[in-house]
Amino acid sequence: MKTATASRYAAEYPSLAPLLPGQDLPWLQALRVDALAQFSEQGFPSPREEEWRYTNVSGIEKKLFSPSPMVTASAVDTNWLNTYKIEDAWVLVLVNGRYSAELSHLIGLPDAVLVMSMAEALAKQPDTVEKYLGTAAEQSEHGFIAFNTAWFSDGLFVHVQAKQGLDKPIQLLHLVTDADVLAVTRNVIIVDDSAEAKFIETFVGLDNTYLSAAVTEVFVGKNAEVTLYKMQSESEKAYHFGGCYIKQERNARFTHHNFAFGGLLARSDIHADLDYASECELNGLYLGVKRQHIDNHTRIHHLQPHAISRELYKGVLDDRARGVFQGRVIVAENAQKTDSQMNNRNLLLSEDAEADTKPQLEIYADDVKCAHGVTVGQLDEKSVFYLQSRCIDPETARNMLTFAFANEMVDKVKIKSLHDKVLEQVLLRFPQQGVNQEWL
Amino acid sequence: MLSIKNLTVSVGDKPILKGINLEIKPGEIHAIMGPNGSGKSTLSHVLSGKGGYTVTGGSATYQGKDLLDMAPEIRAREGVFLAFQYPVEIPGVSNIYLLKAALNSIRKHNGQPEVDAMDFLTLVKDKVRLLEMDEKFLYRAVNEGFSGGEKKRNEILQMAILEPRLCIMDETDSGLDIDALKIVSEGVNSLRSAERSFVMVTHYQRLLDYIKPDFVHVLANGQIVKSGGAELALELEEKGYSWVEEAIA
Repeated sequence: MKTATASRYAAEYPSLAPLLPGQDLPWLQALRVDALAQFSEQGFPSPREEEWRYTNVSGIEKKLFSPSPMVTASAVDTNWLNTYKIEDAWVLVLVNGRYSAELSHLIGLPDAVLVMSMAEALAKQPDTVEKYLGTAAEQSEHGFIAFNTAWFSDGLFVHVQAKQGLDKPIQLLHLVTDADVLAVTRNVIIVDDSAEAKFIETFVGLDNTYLSAAVTEVFVGKNAEVTLYKMQSESEKAYHFGGCYIKQERNARFTHHNFAFGGLLARSDIHADLDYASECELNGLYLGVKRQHIDNHTRIHHLQPHAISRELYKGVLDDRARGVFQGRVIVAENAQKTDSQMNNRNLLLSEDAEADTKPQLEIYADDVKCAHGVTVGQLDEKSVFYLQSRCIDPETARNMLTFAFANEMVDKVKIKSLHDKVLEQVLLRFPQQGVNQEWL
Repeated sequence: MLSIKNLTVSVGDKPILKGINLEIKPGEIHAIMGPNGSGKSTLSHVLSGKGGYTVTGGSATYQGKDLLDMAPEIRAREGVFLAFQYPVEIPGVSNIYLLKAALNSIRKHNGQPEVDAMDFLTLVKDKVRLLEMDEKFLYRAVNEGFSGGEKKRNEILQMAILEPRLCIMDETDSGLDIDALKIVSEGVNSLRSAERSFVMVTHYQRLLDYIKPDFVHVLANGQIVKSGGAELALELEEKGYSWVEEAIA
């Protein structure tokens, strides 16, 4: 639906467009103009749309965010940066939606692996970008995707050639330092046949109101393997949209770990298309406190036979926080022998916390194994009593159980330095509970 | 050690224990036997402080203190240990952490400093060997994915490390095969001492072949209807519970 906000962004666009990369590429210009028109028509998604029924983004519509005109690397506090930067990784840093060469670390990459900012890729690899950009994310799906295509100011471009392995992960670190800024980024990750790579997407911001909107398109070639970790620790006042759209070819393996901790309102889309005998694993942990609203929307589309999908999302919600999980699994008519499991578990720590969970199975094939389960509840009193009978006071027992519930997801992180940073973020979010690292 | 006087307990409006009297001295082993629904488990739960029960009358005095007035964790720190019929799985909390946290809680309660890390490890590994357990169990989540026998052994391991004064064992033999039963019994027997008492709640006589009680009490319909020595258990095994129930009817 056309909204006043959409019109305002459209009006601003001509004066700001020259700051966006790829001005000399007619195909991209056409794509952006098309996307802007679509966004002007659609606006941001509304709860009237089925896929957004639990999430109201009107808070975003009340404000007009503007892209940051330039790179402000010097304004970034090194200690803060290092809190999130993964040692022993190639790191591409985006500040307010723009690449900072100064803060990034991309030395020593193998020749068969291209890692660069999206702006650089549009200059050096325009044909490859053209071939992939916009082919995994469906622009008409909702307003955020069209908005992203129209407005993206930079991002990450990765191309790992066939049979390449990387001994270190690649981190994309999004920093937002300014108030009211619009940080819109677009990432394209191509991992060719039989190659293997790990990625870390980190979103952080200073204590401001801003809008971070990232779209990542991932292409996993035949028999290739990709692991993507996302850690979202945006400011408590920020709005976050992060969409990850994945295309898996035959026998491709893709694993996603989604840690949703920050933001006043945060929404993630993780949508994967599965070809023959491919495997997809989606893990998620969302921790909501105060008035946070955290929405995770997953969609796994089994397009061909013999693919396997596994999904586990866990939420811990305190105060007046609200967590949303919508998980769709679609099994196409010829996707026989599909094997799919989806689980969502929510722990409510206060009477005012809320969890909305909606698993959806749409099965058009007849020979499949699909299971799903959801729970929303409090801690198991039997467990609390067991710990009490072992000398632990009930408050500590509850904290231990809550922490253990969340920590199951942290433990799935196999990169030690990232594991520790994620754990740090989890511990930070339960300060009043005196959680103890020794419980592990 | 423990003196229970005319204890009555209800669940909701329903009376379950209808006046229990029991005197347990240091070093004694008391077996509480009885048919299903007689109130055996209620007795062990009430003594360890599990919620959901209302004490409607009587008293339980443990080492001169009102046991029923203490929170479950205080009872545990004072030396009351409940070995569960169904030990609870605690995913995400490692066995060794729980052991250490529990031991330190007791030490703190008694005004002692925290246990030295190396001493603790030595102690734990000794006890693990005693119970013929794999050391790997220490680093696994509490009871998670353990077999029935492993869970029961784990309970005895906790008991061996925490060194309680009063051990309440709720249907310890249920779900144990003969080998596991032997190991668990040997573990318990090695913990017998002049200062430590045991209350063994059990449906079957089988466990008492391995752990010889000083006294056997038969619980039926919320009351102790018969008490005797170890030979009473054998008589029950032979004649069944209906014999006692009929005798009092």
